[in-house]
Amino acid sequence: MADPTPPVVAQAEAPETTETTVRTLGRDAWHDLVRKPTFVVSAVLFVFFVTIAIAPGLFTSLSPTDCDLALSRQGPSSAAWFGYDNNGCDVYTHTIYGARASIMVGVLTAIGVLLIGGITGTIAGFYGRATDTVVSRLGDIFFGIPLLLGALIVLVSFPGGADTPELVTISKVVLALAALGWPQIMRITRSSVLQVRSADYVQAARALGAGGVRMILKHIVPNSIAPVIVVATIAIGGYIAAEATLSFLGVGLQPPVVSWGLAISRAQDYVRTSPHMLLFPASALSLCVLAFIMLGDAIRDALDPKLR
Amino acid sequence: MGRYVARRLLQMIPVVIGTTFIIYALVWALPGDPFAGRCGARPCPAAYVAEMTDKYNLDDPLPIAYLQYFGNLLTGDFGETFQGLSVGEELLRAYPTTVRLALVAIAFEILIGIGAGILAGLRRGSFLDNLVLVSTLVVVSIPVFVIGSVLQLFLGMRWGIFPATVGGDASLYNLILPGFVLAALSLAYVARLTRTSLAENRRADYVRTAVAKGMPQRRVIGIHAMRNSLIPVITFIGADFGALLGGAIVTEGIFNVPGVGNLIFRSITARDGVMVTGAVTVLVLVFLLVNLLVDLVYGWLDPRISHG
Repeated sequence: MADPTPPVVAQAEAPETTETTVRTLGRDAWHDLVRKPTFVVSAVLFVFFVTIAIAPGLFTSLSPTDCDLALSRQGPSSAAWFGYDNNGCDVYTHTIYGARASIMVGVLTAIGVLLIGGITGTIAGFYGRATDTVVSRLGDIFFGIPLLLGALIVLVSFPGGADTPELVTISKVVLALAALGWPQIMRITRSSVLQVRSADYVQAARALGAGGVRMILKHIVPNSIAPVIVVATIAIGGYIAAEATLSFLGVGLQPPVVSWGLAISRAQDYVRTSPHMLLFPASALSLCVLAFIMLGDAIRDALDPKLR
Repeated sequence: MGRYVARRLLQMIPVVIGTTFIIYALVWALPGDPFAGRCGARPCPAAYVAEMTDKYNLDDPLPIAYLQYFGNLLTGDFGETFQGLSVGEELLRAYPTTVRLALVAIAFEILIGIGAGILAGLRRGSFLDNLVLVSTLVVVSIPVFVIGSVLQLFLGMRWGIFPATVGGDASLYNLILPGFVLAALSLAYVARLTRTSLAENRRADYVRTAVAKGMPQRRVIGIHAMRNSLIPVITFIGADFGALLGGAIVTEGIFNVPGVGNLIFRSITARDGVMVTGAVTVLVLVFLLVNLLVDLVYGWLDPRISHG
């Protein structure tokens, strides 16, 4: 494992920290983060994509419904940098507007997974014994079903039409992914809670007569949540990719919604003659997934004291 | 050892029952008429509905219907689809192709993944190391269907280096491109894992001892460091093999490979419940068994881990 740090280094750094303010782990991590190029790049990308998702109108003057069949599948030109798709819609505008649905699915799924997996994982880790066994085995069962396969079955069972409201279509995909993705977070939360559970401050709180709920909320959750958040951030990238894959297979989001997965799915039929329809939304999708994975990676490295 | 295997096998039972039950419930108990669209544009004849309802126990409450289904499974009877095809035979026909595809993918993971990982791990911080780190990060963030479509477009159609689709003839040569696409994601993980593991072991005491003894560098790296570094990599590849044997819905779909993933996808979209539950049961079983095997191999490769 890692070499033991020579005590000299710690002593050399100690005066500096006392002279300024006391550095908490969070502040320490932040100090590391802003000096990491991967973090800066991914944070900029992250802010960029979130801005696009919130206010797509800032980036394009067209609306995704401004389509002209006469322009169908024209390649990139000075008028339309990304070219036009099979319906004569501007690929650039569609790529900009596609960010919202994709990122919404990713973030909402991560929140859902955090809620289900976080709560069950904390309960399993904190109470242990029979509760732990039941929750862990339940997690095993859901873990055995591949994410994509399970989501496919759920979504095929609840088909939607062109008149289904956009939010319903999105929440269906979110629920399908969250229902199958929670064991991952549950396992990490559980192991993180197990590490914290026997810590001295928890024992102290117990000795002072704190109840289970108070101990969980005041001591366990704040001290065990960091690795969980990191994994959830990385997972957002995965969920965005999963949504695109489901839409690509024709069961995820449905046409009135604009999303990258749908755009790529449509491009599939014309890939021979109009590859621009595939390349631009695919690049946007990959870049967005990359941003989330890199962001999570950078935060994990900063929070992990072993790597310091 | 024997007791360990027995315990693991026993632990599998609830997982298999739970997983198959969830899939069964998803397929059969969700709203929607199982006969919708089954007989073309007109509604199904009453006699057909009665026969099928009886055959699949659709009138029974879900748990009872499931128990009957599971009882049949235990005798090796996977049932028949709505079209009267034997699920067992269909699976047997699709499986060899999936196994071959998985083997091609694993070959890529070993050759390229471990190779790149060793090169990067031996020279940490060099240009090559950074190249491997960046390129694996990029590969991880591109969804499989994008990699598949793009490689199919360029290598398959434009330049014609590899066959673009597989079709009925699933020879190893035809499977090179889909195999590579399937391997891409895990390949990146294998490379990173090998790199970290090797870099960590190079600082280990036993390597220092070997160098101090005056052993040639090649022998130190090739025999001492490598053997220990590859243990986690081998277990990762083994677990990945288990997952790959479950079929690859997206890759098999893009390249038209007649494997299990393709079979499952067709059955899901056709709402062919018997086929879906049968196939998922098999792939969950295979996944669990391969994982058990991997854990046993782990104990054999690394005697420090005992399954006593």
